[in-house]
Amino acid sequence: MPFLIDRRLNPKDKSLGNRQRFLRRARAQIKEAIDKSINGRGVADASNGGKISISSKGIREPRFRHASTGGDRQRVLPGNKEFVPGDQIAKPQGGAGEGRDKEASDHGEGQDDFVFSLSREEFLDIFFDDLELPDLVKTSLKEIKAVKMHRAGHTSSGTPTNLSVLRTMRNSMGRRMALKRPVHDQIEAVRQELDALEAEGERDARMLQRLAQLRIELQQLERRQRVVAYIDPVDLRYKRFEPKPEPRTKAVMFCLMDVSGSMGQHEKDLAKRFFILLHLFLQRRYEKVDIVFIRHTHQAEEVDEQTFFYSAETGGTVVSTALEEMQKVLQARYSPADWNIYAAQASDGDNFTDDTARCLEILQNDLLPVCQYYAYVEILDEGEYQLFNNSNNGKDLWRGYQTLLETWQNFSMKHIAKRSDIYPVFRELFGKQDAAAQGGR
Amino acid sequence: MAVKAQSQPTKSRNRPLFEGSDWDFRTMQRTYDAIREIALEDLGLDVYANQIEIISSEQMLDAYCSIGMPLMYQHWSFGKRFAVEEEMYRKGHMGLAYEIVINSSPCISYYMEENTMAIQALVIAHAAFGHNHFFKNNYLFQQWTDAEGILDYLNFAKRYIARCEERHGLSAVEEILDAAHALMDQSVFRYRRHPKPNLRLQEERERERREFHERHYNDLWRTLPKGKSAAPSEVSDVELLARKKRLKLPEENLLYFIEKISPSLDPWQREILRIVRNIAQYFYPQKQTKMMNEGCATFVHHYIVNRLYDDGLITEGTLLEILHNHSNVVFQPGFDDPRFSGINPYALGFAMMQDIRRIVTEPTAEDRDWFPAIAGTGDWRAVLRDAWANYRDESFIRQFLSPRLMREMKLFKLTDKSEDSHVTISDIHDERGYRKVRDALADSYDVAGNEPDIQIVDVDLKGDRELVLQQTVRHGIQLAEQGRDDVLDYIRRLWGYAVRLQGVDEKTGETVYENRLPAPDKPGKDRDS
Repeated sequence: MPFLIDRRLNPKDKSLGNRQRFLRRARAQIKEAIDKSINGRGVADASNGGKISISSKGIREPRFRHASTGGDRQRVLPGNKEFVPGDQIAKPQGGAGEGRDKEASDHGEGQDDFVFSLSREEFLDIFFDDLELPDLVKTSLKEIKAVKMHRAGHTSSGTPTNLSVLRTMRNSMGRRMALKRPVHDQIEAVRQELDALEAEGERDARMLQRLAQLRIELQQLERRQRVVAYIDPVDLRYKRFEPKPEPRTKAVMFCLMDVSGSMGQHEKDLAKRFFILLHLFLQRRYEKVDIVFIRHTHQAEEVDEQTFFYSAETGGTVVSTALEEMQKVLQARYSPADWNIYAAQASDGDNFTDDTARCLEILQNDLLPVCQYYAYVEILDEGEYQLFNNSNNGKDLWRGYQTLLETWQNFSMKHIAKRSDIYPVFRELFGKQDAAAQGGR
Repeated sequence: MAVKAQSQPTKSRNRPLFEGSDWDFRTMQRTYDAIREIALEDLGLDVYANQIEIISSEQMLDAYCSIGMPLMYQHWSFGKRFAVEEEMYRKGHMGLAYEIVINSSPCISYYMEENTMAIQALVIAHAAFGHNHFFKNNYLFQQWTDAEGILDYLNFAKRYIARCEERHGLSAVEEILDAAHALMDQSVFRYRRHPKPNLRLQEERERERREFHERHYNDLWRTLPKGKSAAPSEVSDVELLARKKRLKLPEENLLYFIEKISPSLDPWQREILRIVRNIAQYFYPQKQTKMMNEGCATFVHHYIVNRLYDDGLITEGTLLEILHNHSNVVFQPGFDDPRFSGINPYALGFAMMQDIRRIVTEPTAEDRDWFPAIAGTGDWRAVLRDAWANYRDESFIRQFLSPRLMREMKLFKLTDKSEDSHVTISDIHDERGYRKVRDALADSYDVAGNEPDIQIVDVDLKGDRELVLQQTVRHGIQLAEQGRDDVLDYIRRLWGYAVRLQGVDEKTGETVYENRLPAPDKPGKDRDS
């Protein structure tokens, strides 16, 4: 007697644990491969996970095996066509012949390079391995502000719109049966018999007696029907809703960038990479991430991504216009009560002389209090980088922003000069908070 | 339902069991019953109860990677295998097997849901009866595996290793498993009858042992000065000799020896070694009978499917679909064909068994000459059942490979001597060559002869506890460089002291090579803690 068992619905991913162990084992190599692919190919393509190739060092499974060369061997093969005993075949160069092919196909592939696919989640997980949202942000992430109504059983009081018809009717039926409320057919039957008798012309005593009996019966039934209501207030049941707090899982990310003449395509490219990283990072944490692109010269406007990165613009540089624009967008669309707000500003650090003070004012009074995190990256060329990196000196905007660092935990700033800086800087910004930062709070 | 289904085929002898390619459980059941009747009544097979499970392709991939077992402990190498298989499968380099069958009682076989009904019929005959019969009756399986206990044991192993991971951490367990896996091939008993492990008792014993330790744990012991335990060097020479004798060296089962004797392992680590070597032992018969096992299953499905067709139980279309698959499975390209990758065990096994049937029923004069015991006796079923029960690949070929089949397959023998610059065709399929070709082919199926023969020959327990391993070098074939030192390093980790591997020529007794790894800086446990 066989047992035919349908296992198809059994949970899949039985080997998930094995895969995790494998990824853990090869983590160093995978990380290396990912970092390399980031540097080379750009973030947007690599973020989809996909195939990666790692060296098989560290994931070899060595065994004792016979060498493929040397020694005296015999081998039986099928498909002889013309050989007779004593025929000789020259050995191929570089060692004994036939053993080698087999060796190669047995475990040749995978010894040097091991190619396999990573899912997007696994990729991001390793990519952002030691990155963490700053502590401050984490606490407000857990903060529960939004409230959503959830169904929670039934209640005996409520508004008619929430009436649960099914429950109510079930209760009503039970009560009617228990109290023996006469049903319509029952009364109708008595009434019909009564009508029939009354219609008869001649009545004898027996019929009269029956008539009286029926009248009383009908009366009783009708009375009972009146007294026992079809639907009684005790039957009523309403669907109950309970307010349930929900953590906010929406985030909006503001990308602010100076697009004035001083920002060339190279600078914009660097900024773009930084924005993409931030976006990827936020995507891992939030269900929904909106992006708002605001570019500015001496005036600011909200634009789409294409325009943001690729259209040329000329004009002076007034940074505060962008901040004002951001404030406007915030007020119009993203209430801080519902959204986690992140902002990243990229600039070459130039600003209209008196404007920096105005920027600081807006940031301090309006933006920083509602932002989870505000990152400022100043994009320099190599020469400037050498000059400014080690000192706390910088361009106009940098010097101004520096005053914010002390009072605002959610504000940070960095210099970037070349492509390879971006990832380290990003890591620095979001790297797991060290003890000093925690002590400061 | 079963009773109804069983009576159906007899009633409607000539109505096909199914048409079209879709399957459902009712049809499967009906087909199973028809196949069962032929397998048991006609072929006289003797099988474990069948448990047939339908799985999806993803689950099939899962099963692939834990060496085909439904239950397995977790290890990264299985994850690696999965990554490889998945990549191959997604790219379309490789189709998945139609079925996987497990040597257990009841005999569990997994079939893919993608199979058409014709293929399901094929795999039922192949796995649920062919392999199943072989597992139950072959002497190697009877002697070395415990079909009833294996699932329990794997369950125990899985839970035990999971618990170890909880207690001692992932990396500690991983380290032991890595090392044990590297030694798996050299960790089977080949000659001794290994004691049937009573699995539940084993688990019970382990648990008791641990509980005892936990109950009697006294923190004071920790404060005692260490060093006293590592003092066997004070033991006298006589005792040492006696102990060495007790070690029963040389020992071919490396993990067994290390498990029992290693001076630097914790009890849980020994238990893990034991699990790995028990699993290796369980698979050892399969390695030795791969060709016969597949041949048996292929022969059985071929016979049954043809009987089904003759009885009108399957349509011509179904038969053609099955035969198409069948001929793919038993395809044997010649040595010079680009598709050639060794002798196909399905092809050779199936051909030999068909050949035996022919010899028994319609022998030629040559067959009477070569196989006087079976030629013309008429009952090929009994002869085959006897072969399936009492041979393994190597002895089966040595006994039953006929000249006629050698001619058909055009087998020839190559001799490759290291000192020559050429390979010689030493024998072909002719009167002078039959026996030599046959012997050489049989030798190539001898697992013990083809895997490196490495044994533990000495432990200098008096001195530095160096473990001495010896490879018996046959025909001058040494170990592959790649991986050799890595494996030695694993042995050293398990052993905790220096390890030496020497190759000794089988004939001359000379030491061909020697490889020594010095003792790790801090031996054994101290290093871990």
